[in-house]
Amino acid sequence: MDVSMTVNGRPASGKVEGRTLLVHFLRDDLHLTGTHVGCDTSQCGACVVHMDGRPVKACSVLAVEAEGAEILTIEGMANPDGSLSVIQQAFQDHHGLQCGFCTPGMVMSAAALLKDDPHPDERTIRDYLDGNICRCTGYHNIVKAILAASENASIAAQ
Amino acid sequence: MHDFDFVRPQTVSDAVRALATPDAQALSGGQTLLPAMKVRLAAPAVLVSLMHIPDMVFVRADGDVLRVGGATTHAQVAREAAGAYPALASLAARIGDPAVRSRGTIGGSLANNDPSACYPAGVLASNATIVTDRREIGADDFFQGMFTTALEEGEIVVEVRFPIPDAARYEKFIQPASRFPLTAAFVARHSGGARVAITGASESGVFRWHEAEVALTSDFAVQALDGLAVDADGMIADLHGSSAYRAHLAGVMTRRAVAAIV
Ligand SMILES: Cc1cc2nc3c(=O)[nH]c(=O)nc-3n(C[C@H](O)[C@H](O)[C@H](O)COP(=O)(O)OP(=O)(O)OC[C@H]3O[C@@H](n4cnc5c(N)ncnc54)[C@H](O)[C@@H]3O)c2cc1C
Ligand code: FES
Ligand code: FES
Repeated sequence: MDVSMTVNGRPASGKVEGRTLLVHFLRDDLHLTGTHVGCDTSQCGACVVHMDGRPVKACSVLAVEAEGAEILTIEGMANPDGSLSVIQQAFQDHHGLQCGFCTPGMVMSAAALLKDDPHPDERTIRDYLDGNICRCTGYHNIVKAILAASENASIAAQ
Repeated sequence: MHDFDFVRPQTVSDAVRALATPDAQALSGGQTLLPAMKVRLAAPAVLVSLMHIPDMVFVRADGDVLRVGGATTHAQVAREAAGAYPALASLAARIGDPAVRSRGTIGGSLANNDPSACYPAGVLASNATIVTDRREIGADDFFQGMFTTALEEGEIVVEVRFPIPDAARYEKFIQPASRFPLTAAFVARHSGGARVAITGASESGVFRWHEAEVALTSDFAVQALDGLAVDADGMIADLHGSSAYRAHLAGVMTRRAVAAIV
């Protein structure tokens, strides 16, 4: 089956099987390997990308379901000049990553949260990250990073 | 996962036609079906996506009834039902996690009738009507036991109509690993009486706690439930909790819901 969508602002298309998952299309066909597969069973959130502006687990969406959709992955998060986005920079500044495996999903979830609610409190952040598991258990600094990003004035404008 | 054909009809009638082909199955958010297909518990030959049928995606208050399209996501219900039916919006806002809510739908949840799912409790306590492509089914007739509903082969949940209660509350005791309820209660105070639905507890799936309904209908207060308890017989027992624990939780969640309403 043919599939085409917009990925990080650029048109992307390819041939897939019905059963091809969005995450495999992104990683294997488009070589965007920043989106990770931690579990493949909808539990861990390492594969979170935005589909038409909403966070989804790319391991639980078929590539053909993304036909015509706007997809944003971790590769599309940096600023146009290549510098880190506010959220990414906050993760670096606050040691919000250890091995980094969960980080793409954490950053994409954080970005989805701050888009809806630019100034969440700690409880809201923890609730929102319910579906993102960090095997290194670095939650405390992940929450700190997101809180710090939310205090950056430019985040509300994004 | 076995391979399959994929179609995305834009009308209910086209979807019904596509579902009439051998081994065809409806796909909505895929948050239940795709994991089942990965482990080959399901292997449809054709998947019929219901997510692109505009007539199945809406949240609309119509007098004292809230109408929700069958393919409406939990996230959309959480946002758009908050004004008309806040308790239902709050239920939707607590299903799974944000990514699950972006995809999962009310129709998929009801058709699946997981014994621990949230929506069945809201639908049963609200006395909602499930509108399919061919008929209307009252909530009391729709749920027929764990993973079993009144739906026929190829029948689609097109819409759910919720009579909006005077007050309602969903109390969910979360099972933190799955994020489903371990046990949850939806209490609705209707002008005609109270309805109490319990999910996550019974081996027969969602059920009404009739004794509590009678007590609350004559006196809508926490004390009205004094001495009442859900029978542990027939409750689910697994590594997360014994049947006695779940029966106890059903009582606690119901009391919390009533306390939050009054
Ligand atoms: C990590 C995780 C956490 C979750 N937590 C919760 C929770 O806390 N509470 C809760 O209630 N649920 C929870 N769920 C389940 C979630 O709500 C699912 O979205 C829901 O059960 C199924 O909806 P779906 O749209 O994804 O259906 P699908 O997976 O697409 O389909 C499920 C079944 O319903 C059929 N079907 C789909 N749509 C229709 C329709 N309109 N008419 C007739 N048949 C249809 C399909 O053929 C299939 O058999 C969770 C899921 C995950 C992955
Ligand atoms: S890989 Fe998708 S949720 Fe874990
Ligand atoms: S940093 Fe290692 S899994 Fe989160």
